[in-house]
Amino acid sequence: MYLIFAIVAGLVGGFLSIMMRLELAEPGLQYFTNPQTYNVFVTGHGLIMVFFVVMPAVIGGYGNWFVPLMIGAPDMAFPRMNNISFWLLPASLSLLLISLFVEGAPGSNGFGGGWTVYPPLSVAGHPGPALDFGILSLHLAGASSILGAINFITTILNMRAPGMTMHKMPLFAWALLVTAFLLLLSLPVLAGAITMLLTDRNFGTSFFDPTNGGDPILYQHLFWFFGHPEVYIMILPGFGIVSHIISTFSKKPIFGYLGMAYAMVAIGAVGFIVWAHHMYTAGLALNTQRYFVFATMVIAVPTGVKIFSWIATMWGGSIRFSAAMHWAVGFIFLFTVGGVTGVVLSNAGLDRNLHNTYYVVAHFHYVLSLGAVFSIFAAWYYWFPKMYGRIIPEWIGKLHFWVAFVGANVLFFPMHFTGLAGMPRHYVDYPEAFAGWNKISSFGSYIFAFGLLIFFFGIYKAFTSPVRAANSPWGEGATTLEWSLTSPPPHHQFEILPRISGDDH
Amino acid sequence: MADAHAKNHDYHIVDPSPWPFVGSLSAFITAVGAIMWMKAIVIGGLKPGPVVFALGFVGILYTMLSWWSDVINEAQLRGNHTRIVQMHHRYGMIMFIASEVMFFVAWFWAFFDSSIYAGEAKSFLRFSFTGGHWPPNGVEVLDPWHFPLINTLLLLTSSTTVTWAHHALLHNDRDGVKQALWLTVILAVCFTGVQGYEYTHAAFGFAGNIYGATFFMATGFHGFHVIVGTIFLAICLLRTYQGDFTPERHLGFEFAAWYWHFVDVVWMFLYVSIYLWGSHWGAAALPH
Repeated sequence: MYLIFAIVAGLVGGFLSIMMRLELAEPGLQYFTNPQTYNVFVTGHGLIMVFFVVMPAVIGGYGNWFVPLMIGAPDMAFPRMNNISFWLLPASLSLLLISLFVEGAPGSNGFGGGWTVYPPLSVAGHPGPALDFGILSLHLAGASSILGAINFITTILNMRAPGMTMHKMPLFAWALLVTAFLLLLSLPVLAGAITMLLTDRNFGTSFFDPTNGGDPILYQHLFWFFGHPEVYIMILPGFGIVSHIISTFSKKPIFGYLGMAYAMVAIGAVGFIVWAHHMYTAGLALNTQRYFVFATMVIAVPTGVKIFSWIATMWGGSIRFSAAMHWAVGFIFLFTVGGVTGVVLSNAGLDRNLHNTYYVVAHFHYVLSLGAVFSIFAAWYYWFPKMYGRIIPEWIGKLHFWVAFVGANVLFFPMHFTGLAGMPRHYVDYPEAFAGWNKISSFGSYIFAFGLLIFFFGIYKAFTSPVRAANSPWGEGATTLEWSLTSPPPHHQFEILPRISGDDH
Repeated sequence: MADAHAKNHDYHIVDPSPWPFVGSLSAFITAVGAIMWMKAIVIGGLKPGPVVFALGFVGILYTMLSWWSDVINEAQLRGNHTRIVQMHHRYGMIMFIASEVMFFVAWFWAFFDSSIYAGEAKSFLRFSFTGGHWPPNGVEVLDPWHFPLINTLLLLTSSTTVTWAHHALLHNDRDGVKQALWLTVILAVCFTGVQGYEYTHAAFGFAGNIYGATFFMATGFHGFHVIVGTIFLAICLLRTYQGDFTPERHLGFEFAAWYWHFVDVVWMFLYVSIYLWGSHWGAAALPH
């Protein structure tokens, strides 16, 4: 259900982005007669992709499916609470979609201030109810995620099969454990921040209004105290997924298992103390900036541990380039590209120039769109036989990969150039000088969208073909518990709890 | 897996329940109603906001009531809550409280941001409003040694009585449990009453001033948690009269007590930082 929900929301979010690229294909106004509508599309695209596509897919979808399977539990610890986590999402998405169609800024519909919802634009600039719908939508999505996080932590800590110690637990479960802690501790702060926004908008308070003693920078601190852990929330499950796929198709256990697990813990912990690197241009004290530069660069260390361990896992392995392996290796390459541009951006000095340019857009799309989304597709081609007991022909997954890989790179790589050249984000129009690379970017987005047609064709083929999946279709490299069950697994698996012995993970 | 229906483990596989869906729908209705109310949206000549909001809110309350009655029934009558399931509930409650703590972090952050940095020269507009000190110009703060001190004593005493109730329960002294819980609930209601009285007599408002905004937001959300905790304790009292809870099995009571201690600790931080330190002799003494 989470996965179907994520696919539907993904189509909405994708539609918004294709409209943006259509508009940006050429200078001048093509489709958006009201430029504010373009800003609304940018905001909607960001919020939908973060809260209603990536998070439901990796946490709600794959997490709920495979964490209990991998740790040998019959279900999550709180199944009913899991259910409300799901049902809050359609409620929340409905509120966000309503927000697109009611008045925001005077004379136009929807909220157009970006997914960060900074005041004063979000207080004084949008008097209509659009943003109130957006804020309450985030409240519901946040409640859903906090309940989900409590569920994951309890499940992982308490329901591992007899003999499965923490240090024998599959890396995907480790990833979800860290993710859940990040959600649990960062989301309430966002809830507080947007509640203050709500009272500033509707009850005349002045948390973010300096004329009555408030501070707009306070909002940025609160938002990014949530916002930075949030980006790790989206990518950590992908790390877990990729670890399993690389290990399975290299027929080797993951290299440096403990290092991999604790690298994720380190990324999660350090992720809480780097938030102000999003705010270098907001007028922070110089020493504050120095600290955040240093802390941010430190994150490259555990991330490097992960990248090199994946490569070391493949080293000398008996590699089979299946569709899922294509996506996983593509993930490593693209995520690394996004990672090194991240190190560039972590320098406060360089960020003066690059802040709010397309260089930043390229950076976070390489880690999220090409990182998190590629891991979602990798998991799809890896676990599809287990989830539905059917097989997507390998050639479809590979074709989808190559089309998406080419499309995404044609789409996002030129943004580095336009960004370095100084093109700012969040604008519907641009000067002639940027026309060339923008044309190419838009072309890339059409290629990527075409790839989605191949994706749906794969689902169609799988469900119309009589071929059924074996219990462990990927052979001896797949050692985690889910492959010991039937495909698809019974409704409540492991009526007899599996016992874990030996030292395999 | 010879017999698919045999359950050979101690986990609780719950029955399907309508409440998650009903609860989410009610939350949606509440949100829509709240917006219609706040924006005074007119439909067909009427302002339906408060009605829609109330409808959704009743739905949420009904969901809570039914859902948790189901849980109590499963624990009391059907014995679904084995030791491991009780362990799940403990973990769940601890983490729920952890997330609540982070929720209060947001209010404290807002308070300290405005009180410590009230006099930053670069925040020119703020400086000219506050006069460069905390409390800001023209704010008549509440005397921390007056009602706030009484409230501190009320809450601390109630924390003691709830611990008394717990010990009485462990010794199977049911009359002691009832006495101590009655006292706790009465002290809690007194706290809310004093707080309400103080609110109506405060010389500053929620709107238009950063002092009032941070004060009412932080103490207001605390007050809301006090009311929730009071209801939680009152339900435990009711369940004690019905004969629930044994010296070995009383998770519902234990969670109410944890929650109550959490509310108490938050108040101590509020009292020390907002009432004491935030009055004329604390933040005002910072070098500006």
